[in-house]
Amino acid sequence: MGRTARAHAVPYLLVLPAVLVIALVLGYPMYRLIGLSFQHYALAEIISHKTTWIGLSNYRTIFTDAQFWTILQRTVEFTAFNVGATMVIGTAIAMLLRNVSGWVKVLVNTAMVFVWATPVVVAVTVWQWLVDQQSGVLNYLLTHVLHVGNFERHDWFENPLSGFGIISALVVWGALPFVVITLYAGISQIPHELEEAARVDGATNWGVFRNVVYPIVKPLFLIVTSLSVIWDFGVFNQVYIMLNARPTADYYLMSIYSYQESFGVGQYGRGAAIAMVTVVILIVAAFFYIRQLLRIGEIK
Amino acid sequence: MSTSTQPIAASRETSTAAVSVRRQSRRRFKRIGADVAGLLVFVVMIFPVYWMIATAFKSGDAIASLTPTWFPTHPTLANFRDAVSRPFFWSSVRNSVIVVVATVSFSLVVAFLAAVAIARFKFYGRKAMMVAIVLVQMIPLVALIIPMYVLLARVHLTDNLLGLILTYFAFVLPYTVWMLRGFVLGVPAELEEAAMVDGCSRLGAFFRILVPLVAPGFVATSIYAAIQAWNEYILAYVLLKQHNETITVWLASLTTLRGTAWGTLMAGSTLIALPIVGFFLLVQHRVAAGLTAGAVKG
Repeated sequence: MGRTARAHAVPYLLVLPAVLVIALVLGYPMYRLIGLSFQHYALAEIISHKTTWIGLSNYRTIFTDAQFWTILQRTVEFTAFNVGATMVIGTAIAMLLRNVSGWVKVLVNTAMVFVWATPVVVAVTVWQWLVDQQSGVLNYLLTHVLHVGNFERHDWFENPLSGFGIISALVVWGALPFVVITLYAGISQIPHELEEAARVDGATNWGVFRNVVYPIVKPLFLIVTSLSVIWDFGVFNQVYIMLNARPTADYYLMSIYSYQESFGVGQYGRGAAIAMVTVVILIVAAFFYIRQLLRIGEIK
Repeated sequence: MSTSTQPIAASRETSTAAVSVRRQSRRRFKRIGADVAGLLVFVVMIFPVYWMIATAFKSGDAIASLTPTWFPTHPTLANFRDAVSRPFFWSSVRNSVIVVVATVSFSLVVAFLAAVAIARFKFYGRKAMMVAIVLVQMIPLVALIIPMYVLLARVHLTDNLLGLILTYFAFVLPYTVWMLRGFVLGVPAELEEAAMVDGCSRLGAFFRILVPLVAPGFVATSIYAAIQAWNEYILAYVLLKQHNETITVWLASLTTLRGTAWGTLMAGSTLIALPIVGFFLLVQHRVAAGLTAGAVKG
């Protein structure tokens, strides 16, 4: 009797430390974030340890602010573009990898691993150098090698649209390794006979992808897409460091907006409310991710 | 449809040798096209990394020149010397190493225990816990910075490595549990049962059978955790004051404050990226597999 009771307790004891750490260091701040979003909380409150509950006031302030809606729309468009580009290019490269010679595959894989491992801060610094106004290699390439126009001393960040173009290129470049390696792992498990049979029946490249490859890797595809949505919606470093920690309002995404409201302006309560909007949106994306994991039996 | 099957029908009449030759040449043609496209992908992906390393070895004149030199013809170590002699380089390396070692050791022990429970035991709340583990990984870091800063500021743990270590520990924990669970599942439970039949205690089977067999998982998991802790930026930037920073904050401050010393910046970037790329090459396969393990089963 005592022995079985002890045996029952074993799994709970084993998970206890992990649960405690996650609950205290992630769960409690999450709970506090919700609280903060209903409070007036500025520098004075941090020092005095006092809190003032103001109900929905923070939410009312941001929802009636035109800037909030502009930034939300910008973040959604930024995410949609990056996820779309990442998935299309990533899938194309993964499909391509099935047909290349062994040595080319090794080269591409090595490049992917190098990019994957590069710390984001390093990647941003390197890209700043690539697009540098004075001696950046991109302006030189466009002007003197590809001859698409005069890009000498061209400032890519003067116009937010072109600035976001560079930032998106950086984000997609950094996201591709995970997508390619994961999708290729799935695609390479599809028996070649299936594809050959489809080709004998007259399937085109697109037909093979649409009717043979995609149905098989669909679960993987959905997982990678929802993860990409979650990651791209929360992009911070690529904008913040790229613009030397002083992004103008034209470059605010939800993450930067909530950060600036909190640490720039000192309105932690309002920053928390903005962060809460992000969390709620991401929960929707996470829902699809988790449902997919449950469906394929990864969680059982 | 009918047009595309015609060549095959026609070729049946010719000798099989001719068919295989034609098919082979078509396949070779396709292979060459794919190889060219693959090489293009390689060049575009690797170029920023190459450019970082190449610039790091160039002289100041070559870097400032309006016509770039594609290869450092007169390589110099001056940029590296300059980078490591910048203020706070070594102190931030030391801080990063402390944070990485602490994060890895804490998360490995705690995650392994939880992974064993999830992989080996049936208990109430197990499925809910797995969902929770996946869910907490979805919380954006930026959303948690505000309450974390407020909380740590109250207990005076900002500007303290311990606060940073605790947050990294919690952030890598869900995924390390998930990853190690995969490795534990890879060891057949029958092995432990057999050892127990042979008179080994449960704890003995645990240490003599499971721990040694999961060893590759420990390596992969610790490298994953090390990479996360080494690469993280925002939390370190917010939670640590200037001059007590980690290596990524050091690099970013070099960029944001004195953004034109490209040679030094690229040398610093190379130094920071190098250990992590090396580690990653060792485990990249495992990390990818862990994140989507079994996702292609269905």
